Amino acid sequence: MKASRLPPHMMLLLPAVIVLAAVVVLPLLLSLWSSFTPFRLTKPESVYQFIGIRNYQRIFGDMDFWIAFGRTVLLLTVALNLEMLIGLGLALLVDRQTRGQRLLRTILMFPMMFSPILVGFQFKFMFNDNVGLVNNALQSLGLTDKAIPWLIDGKLAFLAIAAAEIWSSTAVFAIFILAGLMAMPRDPQEAARVDGCTPWQTFRYVTWPFLMPFAFIAMTIRSLDVARAYDIIKIMTDGGPAGRTEVLWTLIARTAYSDARMGMANAMAYVAILLSVAFTAYFFSQLGKARAQVAGDW
Amino acid sequence: MDANASARLKKRGSAWALNIALFISMLIICLPGLWIVLNSLRPTVEIMAKPPVWIPRELSFDAYVDMFSGVGQGGIPVIEYFRNSVIIAVTSTIISLAIGMSGGYAFARYRFKGKSAWFLGLMLTRTVPGIALSLPLFFLYAKVGLIDTHAGMIIAYTALNVPFTIWLIDGFFRQVPRDLAEAAQIDGCTRWQAFWQVEFPLARPGIASAGIFAFLTSWNEFALASQLTRSTDSKTLPVGLLDYTAEFTIDWRGMCALAVVMIIPALLLTYAVQKHLVSGLTSGAIKG
Repeated sequence: MKASRLPPHMMLLLPAVIVLAAVVVLPLLLSLWSSFTPFRLTKPESVYQFIGIRNYQRIFGDMDFWIAFGRTVLLLTVALNLEMLIGLGLALLVDRQTRGQRLLRTILMFPMMFSPILVGFQFKFMFNDNVGLVNNALQSLGLTDKAIPWLIDGKLAFLAIAAAEIWSSTAVFAIFILAGLMAMPRDPQEAARVDGCTPWQTFRYVTWPFLMPFAFIAMTIRSLDVARAYDIIKIMTDGGPAGRTEVLWTLIARTAYSDARMGMANAMAYVAILLSVAFTAYFFSQLGKARAQVAGDW
Repeated sequence: MDANASARLKKRGSAWALNIALFISMLIICLPGLWIVLNSLRPTVEIMAKPPVWIPRELSFDAYVDMFSGVGQGGIPVIEYFRNSVIIAVTSTIISLAIGMSGGYAFARYRFKGKSAWFLGLMLTRTVPGIALSLPLFFLYAKVGLIDTHAGMIIAYTALNVPFTIWLIDGFFRQVPRDLAEAAQIDGCTRWQAFWQVEFPLARPGIASAGIFAFLTSWNEFALASQLTRSTDSKTLPVGLLDYTAEFTIDWRGMCALAVVMIIPALLLTYAVQKHLVSGLTSGAIKG
C-alpha cells in the first residue's frame, strides 16, 4: 500500500491549511452567504431567505456608513504615515548613540507589549477631562484653567485616538528600521560623504533605499493587524460621542451585537475585510519591489 | 572666533539637541506605563484630588490584595480570568508552534509551484479584522456549542497565530545552512532525524521567540474574546478589564492594578526574546 500521494511540502502545510480553512475561510464563506440574507440573531430561520444584494445597496446608500468608512481610511492614513516618520526619526536617534543601545532598544519595544485594549484604557485615563494626566499637567502649568474635554469633543477625541494608536505602533517601525540601520554596510555612506554629498543627499540616495525593505516589512506586519485599532477605540470612546469617532469596526460591532442585524453587519464586515486585504496586498507587493531593488544595487 | 571653533561649537550644540530629543521621546514612551503603575498604588481619593496631587503621599498594595482576594471591587473574579488567560494562551501557543514549524519548514526548505502565492494567501487570512471574523464564528460556535469554552478560544487563537508563526519560523530555518542537514543525511540520518538533531536545535531560539509572539497575541486579544466568551468559564483578562467600566464610575485604581498584572508577564517574555524576534522577521528582507 502506498503511504500518501501528497508531496512532502503539502503534507507539511496541511495542518496550517486545515486550521485556517476551518476557522477563517469556512466562517467567511458563511458570512458571505449571510450578507445576502436579512439574518437577525433573534430570527434564526431568516438566514435561509435570499435577498440578493439588498444589504449592500442599503449600506452603500447610507451616509453613516460612508462617514465611518472615510474616518477609518483617514485614521489609518494619518496614523501609518506619522508612525513611519516618527519611527524613522527614533531609529536614527537611537542609532547614533554609542552607549546604552540595548537599554534604548528595550524601551523602544515597550509599547509593543501592551495589549491594544490596555493602550486604550491608558489613554482614556490620561485624556480623562477630570482626573487625566494631560489636563492635570496643563492646569498645573497654568496653560489652561478649564478642563479640556478631550474625549467628549469629536475632533479632540479623534486626535486622542490617533495619539494612542501612534504611541502603540510606532515601535514596530522604529525597531525594524533600526535593524536595517544596524545591518547596513557603512562603506557606501562614507564614500558618499567623501564624494561631497550633503547629509540629506547621503540619507536620501544611499541610506533610505537600503532601509526601504525594512520599512516595508514593518508596514506589512502593521497592516496585517490594522483592525487592532478597534480595541483602542472601543474602550476609549466606543464610537461616541454621538457617533463622531465611529469607524468601520465599531459600526460593525454595533450593528451585529446591539441591533442584532447580522446580515447587514456581515455586508459591512466584507467591506472592512476587503479594505484590510487591499492594504496588506499592496505592502506585500511593495516589499517585493524594494527587495529586488536592493538586491540589484548590492 | 575662528571658523574651526565655531563649527565645533555648532556640532556639539546639535549633538546635545539630538540627545535631548531622544530623551524626551523615551520619556513619552515610558510615561503611560509609569502613570498606570503609580496610580495602581495610590488611594482613589488621591487620584481624584483637585488640584492634582503630583507627589504621592501614601502608597499601598491594597488594590492588588483586593483583586486577588476576590472581595471588594464588586468581586471581580480576577483569579479565574487569569487562569483562563493562561490556559488559553499557553495551549494555543503550543499548537500553533507545532503547526507553524511544519509549515515554516515547508516554506524554507522546499521549492514548489505557487510558493509565494501560498505564502501571501496564508498571510491574508491574518488580515481579516477580528471583529469581522467574530460574526460568523459566533454563529458557528453557537451551533456547535463552543461559545464560552476554552476549546473554542484555543481553536480561534491557533488560527490567528499560525500565519505569523509560519512567517517567523520560515525566517529562522532559512538562517540555518541547508548543507548541515544534507551532511547529516549523507552520514546516515533520515530527513526526520536530521531535522530534530541538526536543524531544530539551531533554530530553537528563533522558534522560542515565535512562541512568545504567539503567546502575546493570544494574551492580548480582545475583539474575538469579547464576543466568544460569556462567563468566568472562559473570560480572559482583556475582557475582564471591561468589568471595571461597567458602571458609570470607573474604578481607576482597580483597573490600573489589573493592567499591571496583565503587562508584567508580557514585559518579561518580550525582554527575553527581543533580539531573536527582529532577526527572524528581517532575515528575509535582503535575501528574499
